[in-house]
Amino acid sequence: MATTTVSLQRTARFYDSTIGKKAVMAITGLMLFGFVLIHLLGNLQLFLPLDASGRYPIDIYAEKLQHLGGLLWIARGILLGAVILHIWSSISLARTQMKARPTGYSKKDNAHSSYASRTMWISGPIIACFLIYHLLHFTGGQVHPDFQPGNVYHNVVRGFQQWPAALFYIVGMLLLGGHLEHGFWSLFQSLGVSHPRYTPILKMGAKAFATLIVVGNISMPVSVLLGIVK
Amino acid sequence: MQLTLHIWRQKSAGARGKMATYQVDANEHMSFLEMLDVLNEQLISSGQDPVAFDHDCREGICGSCGFMINGIAHGPQRGTTVCQLHMRHFKAGDELWLEPWRASAFPVVKDLVVNRSAFDRIIQAGGFITAPTGNAVDGNTIPVAKKYADRSMDAAACIGCGACVAACPNASASLFTGAKISHLGLLPQGQPERMERALNMVGQTQEEGFGNCGNIGECEAVCPKSIRLEVIAGMNLDYLKASVVWRPAGEESGAG
Repeated sequence: MATTTVSLQRTARFYDSTIGKKAVMAITGLMLFGFVLIHLLGNLQLFLPLDASGRYPIDIYAEKLQHLGGLLWIARGILLGAVILHIWSSISLARTQMKARPTGYSKKDNAHSSYASRTMWISGPIIACFLIYHLLHFTGGQVHPDFQPGNVYHNVVRGFQQWPAALFYIVGMLLLGGHLEHGFWSLFQSLGVSHPRYTPILKMGAKAFATLIVVGNISMPVSVLLGIVK
Repeated sequence: MQLTLHIWRQKSAGARGKMATYQVDANEHMSFLEMLDVLNEQLISSGQDPVAFDHDCREGICGSCGFMINGIAHGPQRGTTVCQLHMRHFKAGDELWLEPWRASAFPVVKDLVVNRSAFDRIIQAGGFITAPTGNAVDGNTIPVAKKYADRSMDAAACIGCGACVAACPNASASLFTGAKISHLGLLPQGQPERMERALNMVGQTQEEGFGNCGNIGECEAVCPKSIRLEVIAGMNLDYLKASVVWRPAGEESGAG
């Protein structure tokens, strides 16, 4: 009994600290990064031609995912939990930051930091808005002009044929790229992993991964807009 | 060389401050603080209040001086405190903005002087190390590998000037606290209290109202002692580990 109380207090104390919150952001960030990568690989099947049965591979893939049933909902639950923890921690940290410097400088210059690292506070909320739009667009279909459940290929092509939607996807992905470029190496630092030999490699890896995610995801709306995929 | 200075003037902690503009004729061999001494002599001889700024050793090792020059802590020269910044790095006609460190944990005392007692309280929270006292022990009684001694010394070079807090967009003191935690954490003498030290110093840093680390790296760039971001990772690791494994006194089995 006593042990339970102590360990609960310990969890509460841990999350009270900014380092604990950053660790939570790092782990949830890593989970979401993994999701984004797998999501991209799944989506790139958009470029595969019709198969022998006359169906698009991406539609078959979507159907397989739907047939996972309970597993799919467990995965969605975990991802939603990660998103909530990531956002909740960031809001809580942002409040600490605002209190830490109530008066700003009349002149402030940046000596070193990257643009991506300084804009995490704004790229994050925009990506969150993008995520909600994306779910209503391609998962729920509420903001889609001609949504057909299960007909992914059709939904994607029709969705991106509207240029404002395609543009929002492109902008959203560029912001996500910046967010990942800083987030992917920064999460290791938050978890206490820093090494003069490996950290520069991690930073380069973060750039490469971010570029892969951006280029891969943007290729879909761009191909539809150019009429390559129709 | 003629310079235009815009300096934050604030009579006392509670008073409202504002930027005031001055002209000063400096010489390129002066240090930045000597240039301010010249300005202050002008102000005093014309019956005005001189600009208050912290300083002590003027050789870059005490950590007393420091303010923002054109939005960069300790000015444009890397790895230098403001007392070791010389006017040859500026040119005639330059316009410079001087402001105190800005953080709620560093309240302005007067003009460019801030109260950095928060740093002292963080050091106090770190507590003692169980090093033997009395007669000096032989130099190599406790062997320390050179690579650890060097890294510990790098962290120990922190002079507590507060530039890291001033430069950080979040007003985080992570580089300072990280340096203090790593400095002892890398040595055998620092091991017995390592976990408690991490918990207490991190706790105190937060209590003082400093922000969190965003791994942005502005602190590392302005640190006059070039302390690396690595010490923050070291602090994070010690804190994360301590929050899992640390036991309060009285949780022993009692078998002994």
